[in-house]
Amino acid sequence: MPKITFVAHDGTEHVVEVEAGTTARDAAVDNEIPGIDGDCGGNCACATCHIFVADDWINAVGKAEPESIEAELIQFADDYTENSRLACQITMSDELDGLVLNMPLAQH
Amino acid sequence: MATQLADIADLKSIPVEDINVAQPAIFAAGEEGAWFERLRREDPVHYCHDSQFGAYWSITKYKDIMDVEMNHKVFSSESSLGGITISDPEYMGEDGGLELPMFIAMDPPKHDEQRKTVSPIVAPSHLQLLADGIRERAGEVLDELPVGEEFDWVDRVSIELTTQMLAILFDFPWEDRRKLTRWSDVATGSPESGVVESWDQRKQELFECAAYFQKLWDERIKGQPAKDLISMMAHGEATKNMPYMEFLGNLILLIVGGNDTTRNSISGGLLALHEHPEEYAKLKADPSLIPNMVSEMIRWQTPLAHMRRTALEDCEVGGKLIKKGDKVVMWYISGNRDEDSIDNPNEFLIDRKKARQHLAFGFGIHRCVGNRLAEMQLQIVWEEIMKRFSHIEVVGEPTRVFSTFVRGYSHMPVIVHK
Ligand code: HEM
Ligand code: FES
Repeated sequence: MPKITFVAHDGTEHVVEVEAGTTARDAAVDNEIPGIDGDCGGNCACATCHIFVADDWINAVGKAEPESIEAELIQFADDYTENSRLACQITMSDELDGLVLNMPLAQH
Repeated sequence: MATQLADIADLKSIPVEDINVAQPAIFAAGEEGAWFERLRREDPVHYCHDSQFGAYWSITKYKDIMDVEMNHKVFSSESSLGGITISDPEYMGEDGGLELPMFIAMDPPKHDEQRKTVSPIVAPSHLQLLADGIRERAGEVLDELPVGEEFDWVDRVSIELTTQMLAILFDFPWEDRRKLTRWSDVATGSPESGVVESWDQRKQELFECAAYFQKLWDERIKGQPAKDLISMMAHGEATKNMPYMEFLGNLILLIVGGNDTTRNSISGGLLALHEHPEEYAKLKADPSLIPNMVSEMIRWQTPLAHMRRTALEDCEVGGKLIKKGDKVVMWYISGNRDEDSIDNPNEFLIDRKKARQHLAFGFGIHRCVGNRLAEMQLQIVWEEIMKRFSHIEVVGEPTRVFSTFVRGYSHMPVIVHK
């Protein structure tokens, strides 16, 4: 089962192991990792599952599709960067085993 | 009004196609729940041929509302097409009218640019800087309440705390703070609503508001950058050269957006606890439930009953064909009681699981930018209440607002106990 490390804004690390096919948003919410709200239930509608993909992983995960709903929403996220993604749009697979996701101070 | 009240009684006997739920009297009577329950069951995407607001579609299911919200390319918020409420903006083109540009009633790309300039100011990292001030002021308001004596919760607590929240956000001259409440009412008011006597008066008052903010802007731009919204806009790269009407539109949008909503969540939250003593008991036993409770209070109250869109092309929603040009009303209050998306939606549960998954803030690109500010204000109020009072009782029937848009209370008699 692939592992994800969520790194909180203060540096605290939370490691979770989930079934392939689970989204990174569900991985966080189901395991009660603080820092990801996911208010829309993973429907790419609220942008409260904003994370920054660690540099080493951004190629494997990929950026948000230009002109996708994800790209439209994420531009409003606080402290938006090149590595910003919505965790509900990242589906875990064995290739992403070890993924590192950094979290913002809080979700807006 | 008498005929409208008669309609309410008739709910069970009217054919579904004749239902018109957009009657302020239904909301003022607190009867809307039964009407939406019937629409969700019998005709969840419902066309009303005629009403005081003309023909319109009602979208009543959580999932369909989400679909409309996410399809902003088809469902427009643009004010010149009718904007975001079931009533078309009346002041447009009227003699003496004045329209302020507000991004809540714009489509991309203009919406996106404007939202990006305002968003950081109400983002959680910045709100942390305002939290202590909000808490201190909230404590003062609560300390001054008469114990054991009846008073109006809406005026003394809900309006006052909301006004103070906005005054703190703007670092607005304290003694003038009720001007903010007045301008919010005026900006959304009309002669018909009774808030102003004429369109001309509305324009005059908004010019007064414009001049007042101009003065604050001029002062702040000369001063050191500070953490209030006006200073941040006056000094911010993206905002400092904003045309004045746009600056004003954004300010008024924040006042209007934050005003009735926060106020009615404070009032509605108290009423919900009063009507559910077992939940009030849970809160007393465990105040750490407050953040979760606040989300549940916002769902329960849903202080904006709807947002409206206008279809830019034909589009199917929930199996019905909505035609280009049609008026589409997303009833958040109905979606937030939808049994297919929310477990036991008619129960008020302060420890509800997934309490954050509600529609009261909308979804998609227009999702409420002030959501974290509102939640913070409500959390602070309830934390401070729990420190001071053993119990708050609602001692008479509250008065509901006569509106299909703002869902709330104009009066709520209470007694607080030490
Ligand atoms: C419990 C309190 C509140 C509720 C229920 C609420 C609800 C809403 C809703 C339903 C929308 C439209 C969403 C859509 O069309 O999808 C909205 C947008 C907005 N709200 Fe709030 N609101 C609240 C508090 C606030 C506060 C405190 C502020 C600011 C001080 C604020 C400012 C705004 C603004 C500026 C928009 C426009 C966003 C956009 O168009 O991109 N709101 N709000
Ligand atoms: S959970 Fe709402 S956008 Fe990801």
